[in-house]
Amino acid sequence: MDRVRDLASKKAAVIFTKSSCCMCYSIKTLFYELGASPAIHELDHDPSGRDMEWALRGLGCDPSVPAVFIGGRFVGSAKDVISLHVDGSLKQMLMDAKAIWF
Amino acid sequence: MRRKQQKECGALIPNFKLPTHYAVFNSAKASGQAVSPDCNHIGTLDKTPTSFAINRSATQVESRLPLEKVQQTNLVSISSGYTENWGESNMADASPKTDISTDADTDEKSQRSDRGKLNAVVASDSSDRSKGSLDQKTLRRLAQNREAARKSRLRKKAYVQQLESSRLKLTQLEQELQRARQQGIFISSAGDQSHAMGGNGAMAFDVEYARWLEEQNRLINELRTGVNSHAGDAELRIIVDSVLVHYDEIFRLKSNAAKADVFHLLSGMWKTPAERCFLWLGGFRSSELLKLLVSQLEPLTEQQLVGISNLQQSSQQAEDALSQGMEALQQSLSETLSTGSLGSSGSSGNVANYMGQMAMAMGKLGTLEGFIRQADNLRQQTLQQMHRILTTRQSARALLAIHDYFSRLRALSSLWLARPRE
Repeated sequence: MDRVRDLASKKAAVIFTKSSCCMCYSIKTLFYELGASPAIHELDHDPSGRDMEWALRGLGCDPSVPAVFIGGRFVGSAKDVISLHVDGSLKQMLMDAKAIWF
Repeated sequence: MRRKQQKECGALIPNFKLPTHYAVFNSAKASGQAVSPDCNHIGTLDKTPTSFAINRSATQVESRLPLEKVQQTNLVSISSGYTENWGESNMADASPKTDISTDADTDEKSQRSDRGKLNAVVASDSSDRSKGSLDQKTLRRLAQNREAARKSRLRKKAYVQQLESSRLKLTQLEQELQRARQQGIFISSAGDQSHAMGGNGAMAFDVEYARWLEEQNRLINELRTGVNSHAGDAELRIIVDSVLVHYDEIFRLKSNAAKADVFHLLSGMWKTPAERCFLWLGGFRSSELLKLLVSQLEPLTEQQLVGISNLQQSSQQAEDALSQGMEALQQSLSETLSTGSLGSSGSSGNVANYMGQMAMAMGKLGTLEGFIRQADNLRQQTLQQMHRILTTRQSARALLAIHDYFSRLRALSSLWLARPRE
């Protein structure tokens, strides 16, 4: 959990993924489309990946990846991100966290 | 021969049901016992248990058995299977209640006629007729019987022919279905899928979807009435909300169906052909829908225009993201299945590779469900955001426009399927 929090606070937009996860690929694409450059951490290539996955599940993230943090705060999984994107909240959050400028 | 007739009769005529005292006969037959002892229960019948059954069944087909009337006149020979109507008031009744037998039984029939005639004599005596007119009446009755019996036989023949041709058609259809299935056209069927759940899931969803469409039509009509009659905002809001809730319902149904059979949803076979043309990840494209609506929703305030424009852009972006994810999935799946086909290791190594590949591929296929779910999530969110941006009346018109659009697509599909072909 500490590692998750630690990594999540390092950049305005942080996404935890797995290299094999295609939904993660979709969410990454969405962020790029919005002009954000999120930090990507692949759990399957991290030594403490399993612990981190467990921690993410503990936060209520199901499936555990993709797990999105904006401004250090846990936003949610793919479903939450899409919902927030549709009603315009995602963009606002990114702007507030200075991940994007317009 | 009689046994065969009886069996044929039972097989040919659906809902073949004998009344209870005949049922004694029937159950005995079913349990393999000899028929005749049971016939004694029923009466004096000695030689025609089966044609007796035929008689009964034939009259069942005709659905007219005046057993009560016969019983009323207290006649002895019910058991002869001779269901001629002897009631006083029914002499001229032309309905086919008489002795009905197959062609081969004509001799027996006339014998029974004679027997019946005798019984008629007995009955008539007790029912107050003069002896002189008896012969004439009897003769007339017999003639009527014969005529009715003939008509019955003809009807039965026609019915049997109809059944035979239906059976033939059924066989042909089954063959066609088999052929089509072999060609890879998806046809959902209960017993034929390798994974029973898959087949059932598809069919079950199709049924649920049909029901949902019906309810949708009803709600939309209600909405249309409300809009056309210039109903108040409060009233309109209730109907609009119920339509939106109903949309939630289809997304819920699709979510369940995705668990059971994601490929059925992805194939779009649950939609009509023209709708399938525009299929994207198992449903409609929200961004396209919004494009259609903008022109129909005018006039919009500045704020609303911005809102709708943003919504269009957002849904487009989300659609692109999901599409790219799907492409990545396809690519990944291809790679998984194509690597190491010419392995240099021993055969056991190859088998292990193969199984490993399959396991990985299986995992990837499993993620398809997630994509459909997010695509539906996008559709649902778009509808709700649209509703937030628009006024109640505008929402009502938007929902009507959406429904009309899909209705026209469905109508187009029907026309297309019914088009004359060379």
